[in-house]
Amino acid sequence: MNREEAENCREDMEIDGNDSEMPAQRHADIIPDGFNANYLKAYYGKVFPHSDIFKWMCYGHDGKHPGCDPTYLSRREFSFTLDNDIYLRFQSYTSAYELESSIKEKCPFKIDIGPVYSVNPAKRHAYAQTGDNVFTPVERELIFDIDITDYDDVRFCCSGADICLDCWPLMTVAIKVIDTALRDDFGFNHILWVYSGRRGVHCWVCDGKARRLSNEQRAAITDYFRVYKGNENSNKKVSLVGPVLHPFLARSYTDVLKDFFEGKVLLNQNILSTEEKYEKILEMIPDESVAAELRGKWQEKRKAKDDINVVRWEQLKSLLYSGKVKHIQGLRRCIEEIIFSFTYPRLDMEVSKHMNHLLKAPFCVHPKTGRVCVPIDPNNCEEFDPTAVPTLSQLLQELNMSGSRADMDDELDRTSLGRAVRYFRSSFLQPLLKSCKEEIESAYNSRLQQSKNSLSW
Amino acid sequence: MQSLGTRRVNHQNDAVAVAVAGAASPLPLYRSAPPLEVRLEDFEAFAVDRLRVLKAISDGLSRGKKPEEMKNLVDELLKTHMSHPKPPEAVNKDVISHFVLRLVYCRTEDLRKWFLSMETTLFRYRFKRESEEAQRALMADFNLPYKAVNTAEFESVKDKLGQVARSIGQSLPTADAIFYKVPFEDVPELVAGRRVYIHRGNAYVAMNQVVSLVVTQFRSFLSKALILTNRKWTSSIKEQEKDRLTPIVEVLSTSYLGPDYSQPRESAEISLKDIDHLAKSSFPLCMRHLYDKLKEDHHLKHGGRMQLGLFLKGVGLKLDDALAFWRAEFSQKVGAERFEKEYAYNIRHNYGREGKRTDYTPFSCQKVISSTPGVGDHHGCPFRHFSEENLRAALGGMGVGNRGMDDIIDKVRNRHYQVACTLTFEAVHGSSCDAGINHPNQYFIDSQKILQSKLISSSYNARPSRMLKTIISLANISICKPAHHVKQ
Repeated sequence: MNREEAENCREDMEIDGNDSEMPAQRHADIIPDGFNANYLKAYYGKVFPHSDIFKWMCYGHDGKHPGCDPTYLSRREFSFTLDNDIYLRFQSYTSAYELESSIKEKCPFKIDIGPVYSVNPAKRHAYAQTGDNVFTPVERELIFDIDITDYDDVRFCCSGADICLDCWPLMTVAIKVIDTALRDDFGFNHILWVYSGRRGVHCWVCDGKARRLSNEQRAAITDYFRVYKGNENSNKKVSLVGPVLHPFLARSYTDVLKDFFEGKVLLNQNILSTEEKYEKILEMIPDESVAAELRGKWQEKRKAKDDINVVRWEQLKSLLYSGKVKHIQGLRRCIEEIIFSFTYPRLDMEVSKHMNHLLKAPFCVHPKTGRVCVPIDPNNCEEFDPTAVPTLSQLLQELNMSGSRADMDDELDRTSLGRAVRYFRSSFLQPLLKSCKEEIESAYNSRLQQSKNSLSW
Repeated sequence: MQSLGTRRVNHQNDAVAVAVAGAASPLPLYRSAPPLEVRLEDFEAFAVDRLRVLKAISDGLSRGKKPEEMKNLVDELLKTHMSHPKPPEAVNKDVISHFVLRLVYCRTEDLRKWFLSMETTLFRYRFKRESEEAQRALMADFNLPYKAVNTAEFESVKDKLGQVARSIGQSLPTADAIFYKVPFEDVPELVAGRRVYIHRGNAYVAMNQVVSLVVTQFRSFLSKALILTNRKWTSSIKEQEKDRLTPIVEVLSTSYLGPDYSQPRESAEISLKDIDHLAKSSFPLCMRHLYDKLKEDHHLKHGGRMQLGLFLKGVGLKLDDALAFWRAEFSQKVGAERFEKEYAYNIRHNYGREGKRTDYTPFSCQKVISSTPGVGDHHGCPFRHFSEENLRAALGGMGVGNRGMDDIIDKVRNRHYQVACTLTFEAVHGSSCDAGINHPNQYFIDSQKILQSKLISSSYNARPSRMLKTIISLANISICKPAHHVKQ
């Protein structure tokens, strides 16, 4: 029996609950850092929360209620990126067992989740023959993708794919602003935030009415969140017009952005410390004479016991708020515009606008960092530390260390992923499934009522 | 209910009164096809008139006309093309032409999309000019299930409603103002523009915004109707009418939309080594800019890859060459491996070799202009999306001189982006472009035509003596032979 067969054999036994051997025997005691296919195999075999993902994707349709749609899961697209960059689209599954065995067998480097289509996506060509069944997305979570590389012009600590604890709070702020609006403004309740594994966050809005939004409605929500009007070839990045801000922007500003800017960004990013940096801010002041006055002040060499960024920011504010510039057009919103430019969430709009965008599944492992895409609790998102997210090798190490006598759930608990999975279940999955059940029930009853009405003539 | 009924009657009287005055006909909802007999000439003539209206609306939108300008435009168009000395005839013409164009524009996704969008815009501006009373009556016709917000609730959200009103430059709502509380899903355009207060999934829509509610209904109704019409068309009408209506219908749909440039012209194939040269000589600014940025950064974001990639496909770049082209640039930045993994798929996808296997068509000017490039993006229409300073620099880079530049900038300020692009074409090529620029691939083809004829008819030392300047207008049909001035 070669090694691969041996592994498969072990996995079969696990499924039967007879779990006597552990990867400890497969790997040496020390697991080197990094990412490789063997680690991943062990991860999918022992740690990945298959059944939670399955239950989530079923949205209650795996139940016995007559209102359940047994085809629901099978119409969902999964896509796998395998080793060697082989990309498998339009995978679909009819049961928890199928999904789990396929993941274990193919050992994908990345699992993407697509929309629920009108027909089983794996059989789309067969359906195409019959004419009337158009292959088209019918349901999809409302998703958001925020990537810190889009903030490169306002962060000076890192660039590209790098992140550090100085720039990560930009993501925290994005979560707070968007999460609050999704709940308070749009009335969504079932929202999952996930660390993307390297440099950003994903958001899944899973309420029934979110999943059924049309592309146009998705675009409308995305535009509601949009304040950046500029692109790489025009100067103005944030343009806030009108005598007052829309309640959503006003709330985001006073509750989150202003304090974050003055308390964190100013100091962490030293945005007024050098000429090169403060010139960027002076560019945002639409009146040349005002900008020149500040430039004059800032060019003077001076010793100050306070932080130079704070001093200069106070100077800027007191000049812009002073009576003598009040009459100048376009200055009224200038301070807000600067703060929005540096702090307001930058969404990848295209991802959210269309139903057929794929998004990486939670609990995947990022192949570059080896970090697991764990959920982030929006209520405690300040505490989330991307540099402390469990890595693949760390998880395997923990499994090795802790011996071998337990069932799946306990095994999870023995690793640092346990907390993340428990959060996923208790704060996201359980409330979601509860409301899915209610929705299925009430939809069924109203259908019943309808057919009764149409019969009783 | 009584009061609503009365209102409806009033509305009809109003409408007739207005129509008698010759200014406008009442606003039909086009719920069902009219049981009218139509002469075949009218069938076609009415449809052509309506098409003129829709086409002009489409042009207005792509020029970024403001709502106020659109309103005037629609008024003008209706008066010119849709009025009739006898008011009942005007109503008939309105209804008949709409249903004829439904037949014409039901047959492909692209045609439906265009028709839906233009008819909806037309409906919107016609609805807006109705009186408040007439608007309420029309709302009743749509059976909208919305209720006005009661006083207690109004008081509880009054501050927020005021904040929204002020944020969009409107006066504060008075105590007797009517607001409807509707699911935010029903007013996407108001949500997108942050023009409503939204709380827990409900949008508070002011009376002067109900047009959005009605338009959404109109749009979704028409969208469904078009699908049904298409089924009927393919299953029966097309065959039954093959000697009578079918030819008319087929001609009508091609006469206005123009070619989609999805297939390169015959024998037009370009190879990798030509691209650099062609980019300098024949790419419109939007593509030239993307091309230069790609060469500079060895990277473009999604929107840029789509816009340039499909353009190149239309120009005649074969899939294998396209892959080589993008690979050569991207691999310098992200490495060959990541290119194959993350980007090659999309290129094959654009050529219809992956995913849905749709052969995607290159973007038209209208699509490019209406795109919304964000941070890090270079796609879009430079005439619309660049700051003036950057635009001037970019035009300078194309070789546009000072005088031409000012004309172009002037057009841009008036939001005539396609006209600005046409002027740029003329400045760069030294010959006129009477048709105007409607599609980046058309720019390319026209440019190539001119350059090739120059190559044939001129010796190399002859330079264009004087830049030919033409003012673009539909009326200007003077024909300039591209190279006639070079020969002297």
